[in-house]
Amino acid sequence: MSIVRDTPLPERGRAASIETLGMTMRFGAFTALDDVSISVPAGSFHALLGENGAGKSTLVKCIMGFYHATSGSLSVDGREVAIASPRDAATHRLGMVYQHFTLVPSLTGAENLVISRAEVPAVINWAKERRELAEFMERMPFRIPLDRPVSELAAGEKQKLEIVKQLYLGRSFLILDEPTSVLTPAEADEMLGLVRGMTESGGLTVLMISHKFHEITKFADDVSILRRGKLVGTGKVGDLSTADMAAMMIGNVKLAELDSRAPVRESAETVLRLSNVRAPDRSGLKTIEIDDLSVHEGEIVGIAGISGNGQKEFAEILSGQRPLSAGNIEVNGSSYGATRAQTRANNVRFIPEEPLQNACAPRMTLSENLSFRTFDLKADGRDALWLSKAGMKERATALISDFKVKTASSSSPIAALSGGNVQRAVLARELTGDVDLLIVSNPCFGLDFSAVAEIRARIMKARNAGTAVLLLSEDLDELLEMSDRIIVISEGRLVYETPARGADIGVIGAHMAGHH
Amino acid sequence: MDETNIGLWGVPLAILAGAIRVSTPFIFVSLGEAITERSGRINLGLEGTLVFGAMTAYAVAVLTGSPWLGVLAAMAAGAVFGLIHGFICRFPRVNDIAIGIAMMQFGLGFAFFLGKPFIQPSAPKLPSIPLGNWSSYPQVQAALNINVLFFIGFALSLFLFWAFRNTRPGLILRVVGDSTDAARAMGINPDRVRLLATALGGSLAAVGGAYLSLYYPGSWNEGISSGQGLMAVALVIFARWNPIHCFLAALLFGGTGALGPALKSVGVTQGYYLFYAAPYVLTLAILIATSSPHRALSGAPGALSLTK
Repeated sequence: MSIVRDTPLPERGRAASIETLGMTMRFGAFTALDDVSISVPAGSFHALLGENGAGKSTLVKCIMGFYHATSGSLSVDGREVAIASPRDAATHRLGMVYQHFTLVPSLTGAENLVISRAEVPAVINWAKERRELAEFMERMPFRIPLDRPVSELAAGEKQKLEIVKQLYLGRSFLILDEPTSVLTPAEADEMLGLVRGMTESGGLTVLMISHKFHEITKFADDVSILRRGKLVGTGKVGDLSTADMAAMMIGNVKLAELDSRAPVRESAETVLRLSNVRAPDRSGLKTIEIDDLSVHEGEIVGIAGISGNGQKEFAEILSGQRPLSAGNIEVNGSSYGATRAQTRANNVRFIPEEPLQNACAPRMTLSENLSFRTFDLKADGRDALWLSKAGMKERATALISDFKVKTASSSSPIAALSGGNVQRAVLARELTGDVDLLIVSNPCFGLDFSAVAEIRARIMKARNAGTAVLLLSEDLDELLEMSDRIIVISEGRLVYETPARGADIGVIGAHMAGHH
Repeated sequence: MDETNIGLWGVPLAILAGAIRVSTPFIFVSLGEAITERSGRINLGLEGTLVFGAMTAYAVAVLTGSPWLGVLAAMAAGAVFGLIHGFICRFPRVNDIAIGIAMMQFGLGFAFFLGKPFIQPSAPKLPSIPLGNWSSYPQVQAALNINVLFFIGFALSLFLFWAFRNTRPGLILRVVGDSTDAARAMGINPDRVRLLATALGGSLAAVGGAYLSLYYPGSWNEGISSGQGLMAVALVIFARWNPIHCFLAALLFGGTGALGPALKSVGVTQGYYLFYAAPYVLTLAILIATSSPHRALSGAPGALSLTK
């Protein structure tokens, strides 16, 4: 048989095993990985837990040859190997599925698969390739359309295609880096179930980086936990409780606790009301249609949905970045067009996703960024022409200590802060003073436990003080924890509403996936 | 009635002939730029490359007596210009657009400097294929006397269209242009691909220049280019990075460009100057009509600094 691929397919019982011994990685004086030894036997499903910066990605990058470990060794199938580059890793049948998609958006699935091979013929015979791909897909548990550009696929399909790509390349040891972060619960379960099936049949070994305990307990055999570069625990998943794992992961850090939820008053007034709002989406081909939505004071309304179903556009509509083609938005009973004057008069505040890009001027100082809402006002509320540098600095210092923003100084550029601290700074700016309406989008994406707990506590505190909160999030757990009501957005429409207490995740997931 | 007077038929005929004559350099420059931009980089220096190519082709044709050697020499010179651009752009924090503008000025100045001795001598012209011999009208014969480079350009646009989909280099080019990270993850070196794509783009742009000095207008002087190298960059965007569309856009551009001279030739004496602006007005109008404030440019390579 003429082999065009490196190896045809992982065969039954040919899964690879790996073992790291005393893996250590130093960047200058900083030790990112400290003497980590883990063993992943062939055909097992191993989970790797740890907070941001705990060394998970350093470890897998050392395994994959992106980094060269300062000391320590790696064995594949019991033999020590030297892996100098991802290409070397590939020859040992090690593959990785990244958190961010590495598929090329404008190429079709088939083109993506073929071009990723090590040996591609100079002229591609598509008839032959298609036949072989169809044959290959027969043996795959996943069903994915291969003739459409990847940019048109749903997130779940892309993630499956990423995995299929690795298998197509003949990899029999896969590292999955938070593979379910963009999937619905149902998609995630299906995908992990299929992968689990492949490990059970002995064709594949998996090392999965994850933050989600329920996935780990449901699908993984073993778990290793990293904290600050050290291996702090490892064992069978069955022997460890979720609380044990969490404790090992975060150490003895005191997490901020959520305020207990004050009940929503019967007479709570409507702060935000959208009626018959229409706006074109990003592609200009579909429309965002919000028929009716109201958010009352002292409640959190969560908007659930799979990434790319109009949440971004919805947030842009509310922040005035996307013009309406019809409908109207009211805040506190009067029409709202998101001008600076209206925002100020109605105390509307925003915490957009990726705050460094969307809510900050990255190269301006922390103190300047903290004054974006107030720099043009005098103390008595009239328009100011001259900036009061001293006042800005004083205010910034107070906010920095109040919101525990870790920074070298208030005059360092905000881009120099870590993600969690940027988010804290934006919260400090947006939650200071009277807030009638707070619009928050994915506030905890990519942050570690203590930052997440802190930020959620701040939002809950604002809610209890009477702020109306609209929370757009792709993290369903977050929505269930924070919201009073959950509304599902799918293809630009609000399709389902439920009180958060006692909500059925299955039903929410089905609506998110478009079954309604 | 005069046997050779074809009256108002002269206008469409002149437009056709003009389209073919004027579009040829646009075809080459825009195909070259399409290759470069598909790799995720913009080379604005093609105007300089084009003029330098025109000078090189003319000089080599004068010295050797062979126009085709001139074209080859121009391609080599254009590739060198592309390599310089690509080489500089691989350094961090270097902006490809700024380098392109610098390279444009460098190419223009260097061509004028080296080309001084070649303004006087005359070079052999590139051949053309007389397709109009069936007609007794000299106008038709003249209009259908089509240069060889036009056919090569047409074939090249079809070839590139096919190659972007069906060859390994084509797919690699698209991967690099769409996502630098994906390319790296595949073990492709994006800088090398872009270097080669810029070199190839430069050599094609230089062929456009060779056409100017060796066929139409067919002489070498400092005013040889009227901005073809710059307009081609706009044409590529207008053609949405598709080689066949590049070819058609170049034809359309050439055809509207021939409108002014054609009207003049049939005796319109007033206002025909306005039609000299027709290609630019048309380009503006089409770009405005096909753009939208609400969505991103479709078909644009994702790694292009225009779309970042």
